[in-house]
Amino acid sequence: MSEFAIRATRLGKQYRLGALYEPRYRTLRESLGGLFKPGQRAPQETIWALRDVSFDVQQGQVLGVIGRNGAGKSTLLKLLSRVTEPTEGEAEIRGRVGSLLEVGTGFHPELTGRENIYLNGAILGMRRTEIERKFDEIVAFAEVEQFIDTPVKRYSSGMYLRLAFAVAAHLEPEILVVDEVLAVGDAEFQRKCLGKMGDVAREGRTVLFVSHNMSAILRLTEETLVVEKGKLALRAPTPEAVDYYLAQGYAREGERIWQSGEAPASAAPFRPLAVRLRNPQQKVVNSLRSSEENTVEVEYCLDAPITGLRVGIYLMSMRGETVFTSFDTDDPRLFEQRSVRPAGHYFSRCTLPADLLNEGRFVIGINASAYRVRRYFQDEQALTFTVDATGAPGTQWPEPRLGAVRPRLEWKIEAI
Amino acid sequence: MAERAQSNVTFIRPAQGWTAINLRDLWLYRELIYFLTWRDIKVRYKQALLGIAWAILQPILSMIIFTVIFNRFLGVKPDAGIPDEFYPIFGFAALLPWQFFQGALQRASISLVTNANLLTKVYFPRLIIPFSAVAAGLVDFLFSFVVLAGLMVAYGVPFTLRLLWLPLFLLLALLAALAVALWLAALNVQYRDVQHMVPFLLTAWMYASPVVYSAEAITVSPFWQAVYALNPMVGVIQGFRWALFGTNPPGTAMLISAAVVLALFVSGLFYFRRMERVFADMI
Repeated sequence: MSEFAIRATRLGKQYRLGALYEPRYRTLRESLGGLFKPGQRAPQETIWALRDVSFDVQQGQVLGVIGRNGAGKSTLLKLLSRVTEPTEGEAEIRGRVGSLLEVGTGFHPELTGRENIYLNGAILGMRRTEIERKFDEIVAFAEVEQFIDTPVKRYSSGMYLRLAFAVAAHLEPEILVVDEVLAVGDAEFQRKCLGKMGDVAREGRTVLFVSHNMSAILRLTEETLVVEKGKLALRAPTPEAVDYYLAQGYAREGERIWQSGEAPASAAPFRPLAVRLRNPQQKVVNSLRSSEENTVEVEYCLDAPITGLRVGIYLMSMRGETVFTSFDTDDPRLFEQRSVRPAGHYFSRCTLPADLLNEGRFVIGINASAYRVRRYFQDEQALTFTVDATGAPGTQWPEPRLGAVRPRLEWKIEAI
Repeated sequence: MAERAQSNVTFIRPAQGWTAINLRDLWLYRELIYFLTWRDIKVRYKQALLGIAWAILQPILSMIIFTVIFNRFLGVKPDAGIPDEFYPIFGFAALLPWQFFQGALQRASISLVTNANLLTKVYFPRLIIPFSAVAAGLVDFLFSFVVLAGLMVAYGVPFTLRLLWLPLFLLLALLAALAVALWLAALNVQYRDVQHMVPFLLTAWMYASPVVYSAEAITVSPFWQAVYALNPMVGVIQGFRWALFGTNPPGTAMLISAAVVLALFVSGLFYFRRMERVFADMI
């Protein structure tokens, strides 16, 4: 009978809406104004970022947490790592918690790599003797030996990330809470991080792992919590939880519609309206045939002109691996023509050619951004759909084919 | 970390009303105070050509300016019994604790906001941030203290046992800065007005303290002298001058100053603790 490391009981966190979307701080004048004119004070709107969440994590368990942006995952982690206090409920935590809500918290650009290791270690809760003991290991893991006495502002972003992760990875808490650390960095770095996380898990430590990367979640965890609109929607073995998560809700219709006010205000002036999948008969469908040409349609409004805008889609497999990314202005000539996109109501449509996808479930994400300027909007799981492979190459053999794509390639057979 | 692992159970629940100071956590994270202090000092002088020399130059330059303007032009005199030509060292004896206080208060009152990235990402006792901002001023103080010792030799001011009182007066200045900073830092999280107000507050405060003039100038009545001593820096500066020159021994003024500091410090601690739980949400 193993003991629990974390026990959350009806945890809840309420935010004032003003505190989330307005400039967070107030000026004295506003407060004083409210004081003298109590009648005119705006009613305080509040939302529950998280409510009534109860779960246990056994010691040594690696538990995944998945959910859409804004579902409450980050709030949950912030509560468990004591960055903020719950509004109601409680959690009991047995052991030292190391939380990695981002890599490189407290890194100072003016300080050298060596100095930042000590500083960051102390911020994460390591003792000085502990840091000294692991110093060489950290430097070796980060591969920054030659630059250890150089200020980190001169580091490449890759070096910076490696060093930051290295310090965090050598923290030895009984309970590790990790948020989206792997969302940054190149593939090599991500592989290294995942490897280290796997080691940590095998050492028998308790890990709470939040990620959008379904393949990482599947690889590292056996059980996963799905958080939906501030509530715990499901706790299940990971494959089941991932399937549930990817298949849930509105995605069933082959159409994702954003009601007014649903998309974050930070996306302005870009306003997503809908993403749809249409078959050759122009019907909105959630299941298509790989032997036909289908269309993905992104509908949106621009409330003001945007320079350098590109609107595009990600196509991902059920496991979270990206199959491809494509933008409406990938063609340089088209990009020239549309260098400034005026305000208005738009459709960006692309054709998914016939004989592209293998059978299975896929996810479409959308992204609206200006390269190196700003990402206006992104939803990595806007829509899910299934592909039926009837008539695809090789279907005369009724066997499952590996791979996300199933192209019709030209073969020549020569006899010598 | 076996010693930490044992019976290390944390309860996370909404706090109600006024909370006690969590001394256990403060102790566990004591090394962080050191590291953050060290970071502040290091970063402050990192890209300055003259580096740590600024810690010496600042009080010396202020001393020269004050001597020229207040002593030479306006005829301000030092304490009775101190020759007029001693005005520079008389001024420096006040500038030493004053500049420490001023720097500490300035840094500490904005410290929570400048460390917002830490507050929203990691847990540690938030008190550490203003603590280390104040402590970072101690190194500057040590450097300018060396200058003071040099001035004492140059002016022939004797080194007496009274100097042993200095650490106590410094502690009072430190606590005074910390006490006010706890209030201002916590308020600044909610109201950014504070950081615009602090420079003016400090200018006014300097003239309300006997930095450029002698405390003897306040001769209205014992009542007003007591009111004047509500400013803790009055006691601190008088203490410094007494330790050097033996004039105006600190008496009731010091007691009043100490009482004010204590009251501000304790109330500041509790206010800070009360606000602490919303820092991450508001900042």
